[in-house]
Amino acid sequence: MSTTLEHTIIRDELADARAPWSAVVRAGDVLTMIDLHGNQAVDTLLYAAHDHSIRYSASATVTAQRNLFLTTGTVLRSDDSTPLMTIVADEVGNHDTVGGACSQESNTLRYGHHTKHQHACVENFLIEGAKWGLGKRDLVSNINFFMNVPVDPDGTLGIVDGLSAPGKSLSLRAETDTLVLVSSCPQINNPCNGFDPTAVRMVVTRS
Amino acid sequence: MSTATTLAAKEHARAQAAAVDAPVAPDGIDELTWAETVPGGRYTSNVLARGTRLRLRDVDGSACANILLYRADAPWERLNAADTVKVPWQAYLATGHPLLSDQGRVLATIVADSSGHHDAFCGTTSQAANENKYGSGALHSGSPAGRELFTVAAAKHGLSQRDLPSPISLFQGVHVESDGALVSTGSAGAGAEIDLLIHLPVIVLLANTAHPLDPSPEFATTTAVEILAWDATEELRTLPNTEPEYQRAVRNTESAWNAADPKGIR
Repeated sequence: MSTTLEHTIIRDELADARAPWSAVVRAGDVLTMIDLHGNQAVDTLLYAAHDHSIRYSASATVTAQRNLFLTTGTVLRSDDSTPLMTIVADEVGNHDTVGGACSQESNTLRYGHHTKHQHACVENFLIEGAKWGLGKRDLVSNINFFMNVPVDPDGTLGIVDGLSAPGKSLSLRAETDTLVLVSSCPQINNPCNGFDPTAVRMVVTRS
Repeated sequence: MSTATTLAAKEHARAQAAAVDAPVAPDGIDELTWAETVPGGRYTSNVLARGTRLRLRDVDGSACANILLYRADAPWERLNAADTVKVPWQAYLATGHPLLSDQGRVLATIVADSSGHHDAFCGTTSQAANENKYGSGALHSGSPAGRELFTVAAAKHGLSQRDLPSPISLFQGVHVESDGALVSTGSAGAGAEIDLLIHLPVIVLLANTAHPLDPSPEFATTTAVEILAWDATEELRTLPNTEPEYQRAVRNTESAWNAADPKGIR
């Protein structure tokens, strides 16, 4: 095997609608998330595989690039600003990292107490994280791929209609062996999933 | 002064005690529950009762009070910066803005604010970042990083680095441009104050260290924060926000408080 153009597919899986997903992506491998049905928020947290105390930091990431939005070239950084992954391709152009994850508790504030028992991303993070020895204290502000959160001049901020579309994808290269913890967002009260949670295809390739 | 004998050394030691200016309570406040001034590059922490009014003042106009809040009786519940901007639909902190926990409860409400220069996006500095910018970010250096200060503050309450989410920064503002660019708006000048009303018993960690986007190349420009606190429990009845999301957060908060203490003993 001498060609450098060939890619080996390491994984090709679905993060099912409303479900969590996780995997360790080896340094140099590329994780491509394909928004199969369009505008499906993919809530994502990253941890160094060898030391889960090294974890994604939204504030370190946006501060280092002095920009609130994530797209091609964005380095996803840990608390001490070391790179975990880099966005190497992006067919959407703008992803959120300030809106956090939906939780049953925050749903009561945003939509009313009748939503308290609707499934939420934090539930997915907790149950999937438990497989890796992660608990609540390990959950921090996350990335929301395929989610659109503008900030208006007066500071008004909110989740609005997405910029993605069926089949659009985003690729992340691991800079170190990285545990990727994902929730295919089950939210049905705002437009982050087009009010209809769907599955996302997760493909890991090695070149 | 000699320090050659124990008696002389004792005299020498005692002679060093300088007169400390007594804190001045605000008009109408008889008793302060906390009064402290934190120099630039230093930190403090405390456990505050429900109903405490916590006033922070940017004494000389270049403070940056990074704060974290944890529920004192359940410290796995803590400040959540994302919900703090998402739930009120507002990125910029001002009077009436709640500081929300990850459990849909209000840990504190901003009840007065003459600064308007605050930030909930950029978090605080890392050792590596301060090394790049100032030459050092170590705890013992002259330009300690916020993460280092919070690490030791947290340790004094049995918490570790795993327990450090992104803090919010008071007295140093950041504006978001339409393309997402983050631009420092600096401080509001000397004497700016912000008051927080505490809704549940909380651990407060405060690190007074330069904001990550501080335009000054010198760390030494970070100046003192004055802290004053007093009991203001009755103010929990007259909260300055009628937005529905806020009202539901208060309902969640009161519900937890009443369930744990139905007879109002504590």
